[in-house]
Amino acid sequence: MSVLVGKDSKIVCQGITGNQGSFHAEQCVDYGTRVVAGVTPSRGGQEHLGIPVFDTMREAVRETGADVSMIYVPAPFAADAILEAADSGVDLIVCITEGIPVLDMVKVKAALKDHDCRLIGPNCPGIITPDECKIGIMPGFIHKKGRVGVVSRSGTLTYEAVYQTTQNGLGQTTCIGIGGDPVRGMDFIDCLELFQADPDTDGVVMVGEIGGTDEEAAAEYIQSELTKPVVAYIAGVTAPPGKRMGHAGAIVAGGKGTAEAKFLALDAAGVATVRSPAELGSRMLELLG
Amino acid sequence: MNLHEYQAKRLFADYGIPVPEGRPARSADEAVAAATALGGELWVVKAQVHAGGRGKAGGVKLAQSADQVRQYADAMLGTRLVTQQSGGEGLPVNVVYVEAGSDIDRELYLSMLVDREVSKVSFIASAAGGMDIEQVAADTPEKIFTVAVSPSAGLMDFQTRQLAYGLGLDKPQSRQFADLVRRLYQLYLECDASLVEVNPLIVTKDGDVVALDAKINIEENALFRQPELLELRDTSQEDPMEREAAEHDLNYVSLDGDIACMVNGAGLAMATMDLIKLHGGDPANFLDVGGGATSERVAEAFKLILSNDSVKAILVNIFGGIVRCDLIAQGVVSAVKEVGVNVPVVVRLEGTNVRKGKELLRSSGLDIVTANDLTDAAKKAVAAAVSA
Repeated sequence: MSVLVGKDSKIVCQGITGNQGSFHAEQCVDYGTRVVAGVTPSRGGQEHLGIPVFDTMREAVRETGADVSMIYVPAPFAADAILEAADSGVDLIVCITEGIPVLDMVKVKAALKDHDCRLIGPNCPGIITPDECKIGIMPGFIHKKGRVGVVSRSGTLTYEAVYQTTQNGLGQTTCIGIGGDPVRGMDFIDCLELFQADPDTDGVVMVGEIGGTDEEAAAEYIQSELTKPVVAYIAGVTAPPGKRMGHAGAIVAGGKGTAEAKFLALDAAGVATVRSPAELGSRMLELLG
Repeated sequence: MNLHEYQAKRLFADYGIPVPEGRPARSADEAVAAATALGGELWVVKAQVHAGGRGKAGGVKLAQSADQVRQYADAMLGTRLVTQQSGGEGLPVNVVYVEAGSDIDRELYLSMLVDREVSKVSFIASAAGGMDIEQVAADTPEKIFTVAVSPSAGLMDFQTRQLAYGLGLDKPQSRQFADLVRRLYQLYLECDASLVEVNPLIVTKDGDVVALDAKINIEENALFRQPELLELRDTSQEDPMEREAAEHDLNYVSLDGDIACMVNGAGLAMATMDLIKLHGGDPANFLDVGGGATSERVAEAFKLILSNDSVKAILVNIFGGIVRCDLIAQGVVSAVKEVGVNVPVVVRLEGTNVRKGKELLRSSGLDIVTANDLTDAAKKAVAAAVSA
């Protein structure tokens, strides 16, 4: 078992003929992912990497039965791509694109409520169920099928958590990079809920970072709903305040948003926090035995 | 990207938002000419820097004569203003803004930003304006209230009423205020703002609602579609190293410590700083060379961190995914040879082609310390900085 994606997932890649899309779609195929279609407007009818390309998402889904979209469309056009994916009826949209304007995402997030689908990202490494399906830019070879669910706001820090749990033999059920943007699709709680319900996931590694209050909300959720052990790390204890976070942003957060506040909330919720990201794997191993 | 107050106020005026009359000046003569053109008997001379807290730092002065305008402009221009938010070295004052004085009855607070908890553009308002709003939030959070706007319905009349009642405005003021709030919302969306702050928003003795201050930040990710606003960028207000880094597509933030870091990925870069601190050291910077780091970018990154004189050791931490460790190693070797590094370099490589990468470092004949894992890397870097 796994969450969200597995060996039966059929993927359509939006932006497959671009540099990024082409490179990463090929890597996904090499990993064994079923990439059944690509979409690039005005390139319909062609083949790319041996994969049929369509003009529209509706057509791609109708012709191939794809149920997941993977997006590498450049930032100025990415909001449009996400909503085209939602309109086509896929169950899951994974948007890798970095640098989408926040106000575009505000619109997207509101419009997605009209559709029965989930969004991962944007600005994320994607999602992988080891040995079955890799959707995104993560290096496949560091993963190993196993017992731990991984959810993270950061790309390379996800790889650290994955690598450590591979090295110590625990392995992963599914790893989800939810992305570093302030307005995004799935949050920690959405992922924790799925991992809690997945019989093969024995524990969860959660990697957060400064900004927003998602980790605090997750802490409350873990305390009331999760029976599985959670190991958490928050990046940014040494980040200088005020950098990148606007003046008024600090008001809404009201003392929340710092790494310290997040650690405190998670500690209070009984989460096994680690102050060093090097201990994510070893702490999980202690808890799972 | 930050705008100066005078730029923000010009934008306010373009949108029909009431602001006091004012003119920017780059010399004392220009300042006097501005005051003469504005007329009246009271002017405010304001230093234009990208930092709050100007008033307390002496960057806002009330002038009652043309001589005083000259005197204050002269004293401010060409200096660096140090405020609570500017950093220790302060920011250069190249422009002052000369503004007609206002008769203030009440000072209010109004700002807009995307509230990430609800994923909506939100107004934040308080009747306690003119003060440090973060202090108000900490001491009396009940004096601050927010109104979130639905992206599909847009700003509704009941919401402008909520804001007006919350600020205690009377009926004619509320009408003016509702108009101002609608225009602000339009500006926020059309300019891709990430923050608009009016502190204070004033009610004058004549009962008019006027934006006495204006702060606008434009979202970096949206600058591709805001070419006119991009021209307002004032690079003299930016950290020179951060600016240099941005030109090479590197994400860099200066810090006060002595251990420089070069990392791929923002999360891992922050985690590396945290690890250095955890093991008793102090990071000199945040530097994310990006997921698609090439050996050229590594070389640029090295030059950048070495231009900081306080650096006593360098920690390179790369988790090669799509990036190959051997390419990174090559970049490190050529940078060390080219730039002539005279501080210890600790390198931790993991991931794709890690063996090849480590072999390249070993066979280079250079004095590069390799580390086996995250903890080992942090400890070695701290030890190297201490003994340097």
